[in-house]
Amino acid sequence: MAGLARHRLAPVLAMTVLVLGAPLLFQSSYHYRVGALVLVFAIAACGLNLLMGFAGQVSLGHAGFLGIGAYAVAIGPAQFGLPSWICLLGGAAISGVVALAVGRPILRLRGHYLAVATLGLGILVNIVLSNEASVTGGPDGMNVARLDLLGWRIRDAASWYWISSFTFLLGAALGSNLIDGPTGRALRAIHDSEVAARTLGVDVAAKKLAVFAISAIYASVAGSYLALINGHVTPDVSNFLYSIELVAMVVLGGMGSVGGPLAGAAILVLLPQVLTILHDYEQMVLGLVIMGVMIFLRHGVVPSIAAAVARSRS
Amino acid sequence: MAEFIQFAFSGLTVGAVYAVVAVGFTLIYNASDVVNFAQGEFVMLGGMTTVFLATAGVPLPAAAILAILLAVAVGVVLHRAAIDLARDASAVTLIMITIGASIFLRGAAQVVFDKRFHDLPPIFGTEPLRIAGATIQPQSLVVIFGAAAIVLGLSLFIDRALFGKAVTATATNRLAARLVGINTRRIVGFSFAMSAGIGALAGILVTPITLTSYDAGTLLALKGFAAAMLGGMGHAPGAVVGGLVLGLIESFSAGYVSSKYKDAVAFLVILAVLFAMPQGLLGRAKVERV
Amino acid sequence: MRSLTWIVMATAAAIVVQPAAIRNANAEIKIGAVLSVTGPASFLGDPEKRTLEIYVDAINAKGGVNGEKLKLIVYDDGGDANNARTFATRLVEDDKIVAMVGGTSTGSTLAMMPLFEEAKIPFISLAGAVQIVEPVRTWVFKTPHTDRMACEKIMIDLKQRNLTTIALISGTDAFGKSMRDQCVAVAPKAGITIAQEETYGPRDSDMTPQLTNIKNKAGVQAVINPGFGQGPAIVTRNYRQLGITFPLYQSHGVASKQFIDLAGPAAEGVRLPAAALLVGDKLPDDDPQKAVVLDYARTYQQKTGEPVSTFGGHAYDGLMILVDAMRRANSANPAMVRDQIEKTRGYVGTGGIVNMTANDHMGLGLTAFRMLEIKNGDWTLVAGSGS
Repeated sequence: MAGLARHRLAPVLAMTVLVLGAPLLFQSSYHYRVGALVLVFAIAACGLNLLMGFAGQVSLGHAGFLGIGAYAVAIGPAQFGLPSWICLLGGAAISGVVALAVGRPILRLRGHYLAVATLGLGILVNIVLSNEASVTGGPDGMNVARLDLLGWRIRDAASWYWISSFTFLLGAALGSNLIDGPTGRALRAIHDSEVAARTLGVDVAAKKLAVFAISAIYASVAGSYLALINGHVTPDVSNFLYSIELVAMVVLGGMGSVGGPLAGAAILVLLPQVLTILHDYEQMVLGLVIMGVMIFLRHGVVPSIAAAVARSRS
Repeated sequence: MAEFIQFAFSGLTVGAVYAVVAVGFTLIYNASDVVNFAQGEFVMLGGMTTVFLATAGVPLPAAAILAILLAVAVGVVLHRAAIDLARDASAVTLIMITIGASIFLRGAAQVVFDKRFHDLPPIFGTEPLRIAGATIQPQSLVVIFGAAAIVLGLSLFIDRALFGKAVTATATNRLAARLVGINTRRIVGFSFAMSAGIGALAGILVTPITLTSYDAGTLLALKGFAAAMLGGMGHAPGAVVGGLVLGLIESFSAGYVSSKYKDAVAFLVILAVLFAMPQGLLGRAKVERV
Repeated sequence: MRSLTWIVMATAAAIVVQPAAIRNANAEIKIGAVLSVTGPASFLGDPEKRTLEIYVDAINAKGGVNGEKLKLIVYDDGGDANNARTFATRLVEDDKIVAMVGGTSTGSTLAMMPLFEEAKIPFISLAGAVQIVEPVRTWVFKTPHTDRMACEKIMIDLKQRNLTTIALISGTDAFGKSMRDQCVAVAPKAGITIAQEETYGPRDSDMTPQLTNIKNKAGVQAVINPGFGQGPAIVTRNYRQLGITFPLYQSHGVASKQFIDLAGPAAEGVRLPAAALLVGDKLPDDDPQKAVVLDYARTYQQKTGEPVSTFGGHAYDGLMILVDAMRRANSANPAMVRDQIEKTRGYVGTGGIVNMTANDHMGLGLTAFRMLEIKNGDWTLVAGSGS
């Protein structure tokens, strides 16, 4: 039993080592900031992975939840004088409720129809955030009050790196737990064949809805962190391009693998920083990299590396 | 009353643009179950290439034909070098490849072309037609008829030509098609080439209305995809209907409700339609094999 | 599992530890620029980048500043404020710049401002909104005219033509929204009533519904279109298509001759406030800006093959103001340079004549805007509109 438990949490432990050890290489607060951003996006990707990788449902509008979380910590303190951490929890709650409310009809759709419905949802959030300028500051965005934890004002990148690490690892561990428990088995059954799962007594609708809400909450927390790190937020955080980026992180990293979200987030956050030396050719190379990874490592980076390692061992 | 007609004309103009982009999605989807996110870039390539060739001195009709050929070539390369290589991968992987391709094509366009906005002359001049107290640009009618012609041409091809029937066979059941000797890889490659050509043609027709730039493809693909789903994915006439309906909703919302929220209303309507009719307006219910 | 961990760690390490360790020990003045070279604002960011590159090279060819060469480090934020902030952090921490000319959009400028305030590095922004310099922040300046000035200039012209009831049709992008807000704010003081408001998306292709509503609104005597990019061209075309006869005013976001090409014959009679850069050859010979403006336009067109754009002009002004300040301070020390930027007096640029003070970190007056009208497919200066 102990061996099994070790095996189950191994990816999370590996990521813990990685995340705790990376700062040894950091030389400036710029590196800490990039690291924090990787982890923040990994949180959102982790939630989306539960939805896409395990429950097999696609969401092209997940950045909408990033937006809800981000603006919750922006508007809450500004309009209502609430402390930021309460607004963060409030944003997560709102996202969860929205997901539950909208999820029931949306999740009855299949495949590309589901994709369009989630796309529409994300776009609606984006439009509201952009238009309701009196509350949200409009397209130019608004400033976000810094997080105040027990009198300690958190503004430097290093602190945020540690906060994001802890949150991400916690989220990954919880997600891992979910996957290996009865819910995870039910999700995999749904992924393979909804009809078969239903005949076995799995409450398909309820399970899908639950995962949708959970993934929305992950994204909301990530959005809140993003706003607090930057001290500023714009409606762009909820736009279509961010939604696509989240999906790309999940797929590139490896859909359905625990380490996938972190790898995917790392690739898509670090690559533009590295490729910036290419100036005008950056977008072309980025596109080629995405295509290349998908063609040659078609299950994603982490599963392909794991398979290669397993093969070299046998 | 005149304003109702004006809103309707505006909706048909914008809707025709969406329709002609949406048709391109359905071809590839039919043959391979892949939603080609690079479809918008084919539309962009049609317009931008024509503009740049024309500026370089090539006569407009020749520039247009060359642009379409270039797009077809890009479609073929995209299929060969990317989709075909990964042909046994899951649908999500293939879609991600097309997303990568769209980023690549956009990046290439900004290097090869430029970052400014460009225009093509409308085929029948700029004087608007006055009908029943409202005005419409002649080019809008060109796009509407163009979309209809493309769909008509496609359905004739699908029904009459042997190759067209092979496409239908592949769309229905790929394994069965292979078993009767159809080279499904070539069918899929052909559908990419065809979609690229249709997309480029669409781009050339709509540029006099929408203007074009290296990143014009993104929003067009988004709306075109939504229109295709609204009409019922995989069904070319459905794509046209979806496009026109989407355009009309946007125009009427802008005119009667609020111009700020016209896009929101349009997407709410799409959501409502999909909740009520999960296969789209004209789509057929898919039979799921257990 | 262990070897997998090592593989992934090593890869991550290889990516993170970049040649940031390559520290250039030569005497070099590092100037940073975070611009939106790709993305929805690339229409602005691209001329800005090219201008900075052309002129940094030109300055270096003539020996640099205070005997040292300038090194320009440009990062592309893709129009995203989060990326802008990341690159700004990189510029300050890793590249160790001494000054920054950049921030194509208001959103990215607002996201980056606190960083430069904290790092005490002068930041000359290229964005339009008035809240960049109001309230004044010690380390932040800007070169473009504010959107409020554009509204005021237009409204002065409206009053002169006895047009007091107007309609607004604005783009929902940041530029359009910000200018629309300013117009609404200054209208009462200028004695202008806004009777109808409509908006459109920046990539929309038909605005006839919105314009129809404006046309049908009783009492509207003129229309202002705050927006940038391709929207204004389409609005102008639709305006003519619907046969609307009352005057149309565009914004300074239109910024280039290309607007006239795209709008076609519909552009006839359209007025807009613009920098002298657009009408260099039409300025009287004794106009102080004529020489600067013609020289920049010629150089830009020659080196890029594209028509000149006022956005590029703002970047030119930003760079020159910075370089002049460095020369006056005889140093590249950020604090000393900042003090000298604030003391910029009588700088003749493409945007106007700049006189900064401790309370005015932009330095342009209303006369820096010229009211232009499009006649026969070309710009003309409206008589009696500023110096």
